[in-house]
Amino acid sequence: MSGIENVSRRRFLKGFVSSGALVLGARFYPNVLWAEGLPYATHADGATLHPNVFIGVDTDGTVYIVAHRSEMGTGIRTSLPLVVADEMDADWKRVKIEQAIGDRRYGDQNTDGSHSIRSFYDVMREAGATGRFMLIQAAALEWNVPPSECRSDLHAVVHGSTGRRLGYGDLATAASKLPVPKKEELQFKPRSAWRYIGKGMTSYDLTELCTGKAVYGMDARVDGMVYASIEHPPVLGGKLKSCDDQEALKVAGVLQTVPIDPFKPPPAFQPLGGVAVIASNTWAAFQGRKKLKIVWDNGQNESYNSGEYQKELQATAHKPGKVVRNEGDVDAAFAKGGKIVEADYYVPLLAHASMEPMVALAEFKDGKVTAWAPTQNPQAAQDIISKELGIPKEDVVCHVTLLGGAFGRKSKPDYVAEAAILSKKVGRPVKVVWTREDDIKFDYYNAVAAMYMKAALDTSCRPAAWLQRSVFPPITSIFDVNAVYGDPGHLGQGWTDIPYDIPNLRVENGPAKAHVRIGWLRSVANIYHGFAVQSFSDELAHAAGRDPLEYLIELIGPSRILDLKNTGYLNYGAPYDAYPIDTGRLRRVTELVAEKAGWGKRKLGKGSGLGIAAHRSFVTYVATVVEVEVNDRGEVRIPRVDTAVDAGTVVNPELTRAQFEGAAVFGTSVVRSGEITATKGAIDQSNFQDYPVARIDEAPYQTNVYLVESTAPPAGVGEPGVPPMVAALCNAIYAATSKRVRELPLSRNKLVG
Amino acid sequence: MIQLKVNGVERSFDGDPEMPVLWYLRDFLGLTGTKFGCGVALCGACTVLQNGDAIRSCVVPVRDAAGKEITTIEGLSQNGLHPVQRAWIEVNVPQCGYCQSGQIMQAVALLKTKPKPTDQDIDDTMSGNICRCGTYQRIRAAIKAAAEGRA
Repeated sequence: MSGIENVSRRRFLKGFVSSGALVLGARFYPNVLWAEGLPYATHADGATLHPNVFIGVDTDGTVYIVAHRSEMGTGIRTSLPLVVADEMDADWKRVKIEQAIGDRRYGDQNTDGSHSIRSFYDVMREAGATGRFMLIQAAALEWNVPPSECRSDLHAVVHGSTGRRLGYGDLATAASKLPVPKKEELQFKPRSAWRYIGKGMTSYDLTELCTGKAVYGMDARVDGMVYASIEHPPVLGGKLKSCDDQEALKVAGVLQTVPIDPFKPPPAFQPLGGVAVIASNTWAAFQGRKKLKIVWDNGQNESYNSGEYQKELQATAHKPGKVVRNEGDVDAAFAKGGKIVEADYYVPLLAHASMEPMVALAEFKDGKVTAWAPTQNPQAAQDIISKELGIPKEDVVCHVTLLGGAFGRKSKPDYVAEAAILSKKVGRPVKVVWTREDDIKFDYYNAVAAMYMKAALDTSCRPAAWLQRSVFPPITSIFDVNAVYGDPGHLGQGWTDIPYDIPNLRVENGPAKAHVRIGWLRSVANIYHGFAVQSFSDELAHAAGRDPLEYLIELIGPSRILDLKNTGYLNYGAPYDAYPIDTGRLRRVTELVAEKAGWGKRKLGKGSGLGIAAHRSFVTYVATVVEVEVNDRGEVRIPRVDTAVDAGTVVNPELTRAQFEGAAVFGTSVVRSGEITATKGAIDQSNFQDYPVARIDEAPYQTNVYLVESTAPPAGVGEPGVPPMVAALCNAIYAATSKRVRELPLSRNKLVG
Repeated sequence: MIQLKVNGVERSFDGDPEMPVLWYLRDFLGLTGTKFGCGVALCGACTVLQNGDAIRSCVVPVRDAAGKEITTIEGLSQNGLHPVQRAWIEVNVPQCGYCQSGQIMQAVALLKTKPKPTDQDIDDTMSGNICRCGTYQRIRAAIKAAAEGRA
């Protein structure tokens, strides 16, 4: 890597980013590269010892670790630095975590897809091991002994035979003069020596989170800022015809109104357009906005009504679709007869409804933008601001605050771009605050989906043939207006990867045009695919007169690695050899949860029932048993949820358990009440009264999480708990009531009478 | 001019008397620990104490708080952590944490009237506070821990 010092950082980055910035970001940047021209230097950047972008060690012994992924409640801001600290043998009490701005030097920062640990576990271990290596080398030089005689010991290096000891702070200066080692030279700790990985640590921010001191996007403040509330076109693609702002301007505190241009299709992450009311405080901006008199041209999506659209999707689901996986000969097997079982499933559009609505603060000054935003995707925020304002990406600094929930919505930075656009127009820092109504009405919704399932049972009541067909407007429609079929990534979420042992199997997908923005929501297509597959499995068990657990285990079949070549299966971006679909692991979590939940052994009262489901997503295996009680008014209580998880190596077990507890509540909301509808293109719901989410008395009373001990590489934990929860809850309702829930949410179903 | 006390400090406000206490606290006093979640008293993120009682500050105009004492998460404890906050930390309640100021303030109000709350009491009082991350079972555990003096 000689000669790099003479190359400017930006030119250097441009040359390397596309071909593996991830690895380079972790390793090869010498300190000198970061000394100048940084848009925002971290303390790690300025620390005495700074062998890579993620760590710095100062002479006082402080170890700085950069968290480059966004904290939305998963604890990633704690858990990835914990991996660094472990390999570095740093004392967690002397670690300071710094949140990275959006910057390509960190590699991928889009905190979605439950892959932060999976993608950065090795990178973080390498970053930490590099620091430890250099500190040990420095101590060995100081004592004039071979490095092999020295070892690290919690924030210090000790010499084995003499017991001499030097702290990391004392060694930082000498270590900083040494070359950064190659990866091949590094020695990683054996599992047995791990101090933090697998044991975990509570959130770095825990006290701040409980004292109101934590800073979210909603809390960002800079001098001279003004507040904006934006009236968006009620129908996607709508345009402003006219706006009378006279009354709005009379509201005390309102300063001006500013139009924002509509997006040019496809919408991607562009602002929706509309009229912003700028005011000296948030309340005044809200009040002023209510006084706007706007006439919209709603455009072609005005023809969209979700009720008719549902019928269209369901009709499409009954027509032959695009075949995405085919084994054996399903049609021939159906022709042979046997017991035929068919079912239609339906899941409506779902909104994210994070507790913190969309909000962002931005300042345009001297041709450059500085933004503060609760974003899952700060580099995408840089991109869209750069495009919207016509300035280089390098001139956009995006600070990442804590996120008050996100669930995928905050991967789409349309609201950050709004703040930047408005700041440029107003000439002051602008904080855009969405109301809850804006959040519900202008989301990137999880797709509405219709699934048609058909199976033929042979004489032993096992499926001889299985056909499944899903129809949903694809997420790719936000990037390509003509996209109507599911892309391999989302078809690979619980659909093409159905792990069952069935000789004749065909998986299809039909077309659907989007009329709203479709986006990622916690577990995404797994929600509707998992619901259909796992509900249908339960239906077949009952049709066969079999125990649902035993039947499910038979469907999963013997331990094997699924071969999904020729299906375009993407495996969540994970290498298939390291993360294959291993039906043995799926079976083990199923057996484990059944045992822990006392399946078949618990005495349940009238109106009570247990349901089970098993689902692999984000390369993690999860099985869930739900207990429900349904009273004679059809009201559902969930006394207990048991969930077994095989996520490979788990860095932070306590925070991982919390993710699955939360997923059980999230899945409960999907089943109970999650439904977005539209009339003439405009979303009908607006706030928690018509888009309810589970409250404490509606959520599972007790969720028990069992983590499988594993040395397999780490997998996802944020999302995989949701899909089996949804299906297991509906299967439990069937067990309790003999009412099959095929359409979500529950409010569409009559559970009594 | 509206006079009120916030976290023990006398304040006067000469702005729009219809402005909800929430925005007065956040935009004028910089007390951002109290959160905006729904604006219509449906989620509880904005919960503060008014003369010791939990209120949804997003719908209570400053006018109604005249002469009263408002306590926010920042003013909950003058020295160290309040027992409810200690319980929240002990049980490791928060995920994203955005709703937790409101949850804690609501729990403080609950424990004032029901020092040993039953599950039903907890459901009745806490069901106005939404946590989208789904930390409810830890919230329940933390309330019980605080009630039993375990934190």
